[in-house]
Amino acid sequence: MAVPVFAPWEDPTQKPLIQFKGVTKRFGDFTAIDNQTLDIYTREFFALLGPSGCGKTTMMRMLAGFEQPTEGQILIGGIDMKGVPPNEREVNMMFQSYALFPHLSVWENIAFGLRRMGQPKDELEARVEEMLRLTRLTKFARRKPHQISGGQRQRVALARSLARAPKLLLLDEPLGALDKKLREETQFELMDIQEKTGTTFVIVTHDQEEAMTVASRIAVMDEGCVIQVATPATIYEAPNSVYVADFIGDVNIIEGAAKRAGTGYEITWAEGEAPLHTRKEEGEIVAIPEGGKAYLAIRPEKVAIHADKPQGVANAVQGKIIDVAYLGNLSTYHVRLANGTMVRAQTANTRRLALRPFTWEDTVWLSWTDTAAILLAE
Amino acid sequence: MRKFALVSVPYFWLLILFLVPFLIVLKISLSDTALAIPPYTPTLDLAEGWAGIKAFFAGLDFENFTFLTEDPLYWKAYFSSLQIATISTTLALLVGFPIAYGMAQAPDEWRTTLMMLVILPFWTSFLIRVYAWIGILSTEGFLNQFLIWIGVIDTPLIIMNTKIAVYIGIVYTYLPFMILPIYAALEKLDNSLLEAAEDLGCTRTRAFWLLTVPLSRPGIIAGCFLVFIPALGEFVIPSLLGGSETLMIGKILWEEFFNNRDWPVASAVAVVLLAILIIPIILFQRNEQKQREAGK
Repeated sequence: MAVPVFAPWEDPTQKPLIQFKGVTKRFGDFTAIDNQTLDIYTREFFALLGPSGCGKTTMMRMLAGFEQPTEGQILIGGIDMKGVPPNEREVNMMFQSYALFPHLSVWENIAFGLRRMGQPKDELEARVEEMLRLTRLTKFARRKPHQISGGQRQRVALARSLARAPKLLLLDEPLGALDKKLREETQFELMDIQEKTGTTFVIVTHDQEEAMTVASRIAVMDEGCVIQVATPATIYEAPNSVYVADFIGDVNIIEGAAKRAGTGYEITWAEGEAPLHTRKEEGEIVAIPEGGKAYLAIRPEKVAIHADKPQGVANAVQGKIIDVAYLGNLSTYHVRLANGTMVRAQTANTRRLALRPFTWEDTVWLSWTDTAAILLAE
Repeated sequence: MRKFALVSVPYFWLLILFLVPFLIVLKISLSDTALAIPPYTPTLDLAEGWAGIKAFFAGLDFENFTFLTEDPLYWKAYFSSLQIATISTTLALLVGFPIAYGMAQAPDEWRTTLMMLVILPFWTSFLIRVYAWIGILSTEGFLNQFLIWIGVIDTPLIIMNTKIAVYIGIVYTYLPFMILPIYAALEKLDNSLLEAAEDLGCTRTRAFWLLTVPLSRPGIIAGCFLVFIPALGEFVIPSLLGGSETLMIGKILWEEFFNNRDWPVASAVAVVLLAILIIPIILFQRNEQKQREAGK
């Protein structure tokens, strides 16, 4: 039985829950968000990813209602949110600092939003208990925020923002304050809770691994613009720009001139070297002007390393190992090509370290298939 | 050992400059008035040895305290002082909180200046500032002249020598003590807490009452005590602005001491005043302690 793939963005009959329509936000002379259009669908776990100052938090604050767009429209559930204050939106936010109320117990923190809805007492109590169970906080209900650990505080903040059963939950760097191990655990917990509650989540993060792990789709942002919106796999395998390729994971960029050749392109990258080849998968359309400047992006793990020139491969280049980074499970070889370009090749350490075939100053051959590399215009 | 030395310094200070003088005052309050120097008996005569000490303690009694309860002037004065101090503290809170709130909301670069402006009056003598209010509040004062000039009133308002003048004087003088602790509490308040409250369905007004006020409560309590305690024993302001009709215990104390030269009764008045003050002081310290524990 095939599980239907969750991809409402590919279904033209689906109506997006959130629509940014030509949204611009300026603070004085500074343009934080520059004329952006973006759709987010119900039940999505949507990540806004980018370096600090890229405008991702501003996008989120506009959804919460703390900021109003200077130009353009934001629609939630088809309704224009212009002038709707935060307290009248069916949107809740989990703050980066958690913003727990220090004078209230964990229980009262979670009940805070429910009290504002004027629910009957027994319903309210049942809902708080449910939230405590969902976030495994029942034992700590009577404690004050300063009496619990960072991870527990994070869960209180989550429970509090989920208690009102919002249509949309915004998470501002929700795991930033946790240590690595706890963060990884919490990521899966978040996904689990998102699935259980069926709430649409929008997460803001600068951590690409976190975005890749949790999100159904990622919007990579830079300087107030969304550069690419796609699933984690597409973002990684088929970035639409050098910026995205470089921001997500490790990448080798080889600069050259592209020329159409059959179903693919031929890239002349250095004098006296054989041109590199790339073939495009169906559906990937990148317009490269004939003979124009192009960038070839190859992930290090897709580059194979050989002692002798490999035969029958689409791309093979010779270089010298400058550095070897041993990461335990992986080793990364930094190889300098004839024209000075550095290319990293990553191999899994399936054998013991002592048996490693290559070392510093070795002359080696690197190869990759014609579909491994992505040709980018900029 | 070094820690002990460090801790003992303030306690030694308190012992010498508070406890010992207090014990002397307490002793005088138990004595009888006399036409002598000093104007009370008994005095301790160590030359007579043990008999002298016995005679000394035999001469002490609670007569003056009994006298305080018999003459209605005293308890009326205590009651009136408590009333004036309570009303002044409330007024100072009503004036001080908005000022502190405004300061905490002001842009960062203004705050130092605003803080300076709050502290600035302390640079002038307290007495001169109280005298200045006479010039403002008296029948021919600036306030009445101004109000008559703009046509709000025809006959001058009688403010001088009433309780209102005392309230104005106390609120004006002790306002910085109200503002500074409240400002310190409000300044620490994380703005994201208010945003979170709004996000969870509060209006801004409601968020103010549910978060800003309870979270600044330690500052409010500290400010109230810092105004209430000195206001209760205040002498200069009721003397200068309150005229003869304002009864305050500080004034009674002064009159007993300097006009009647009745040191024992004056001392008894002071001891009772201290007893009344100790209750709020203990409450105040409890509050401080709680605040420190909560901050941990």
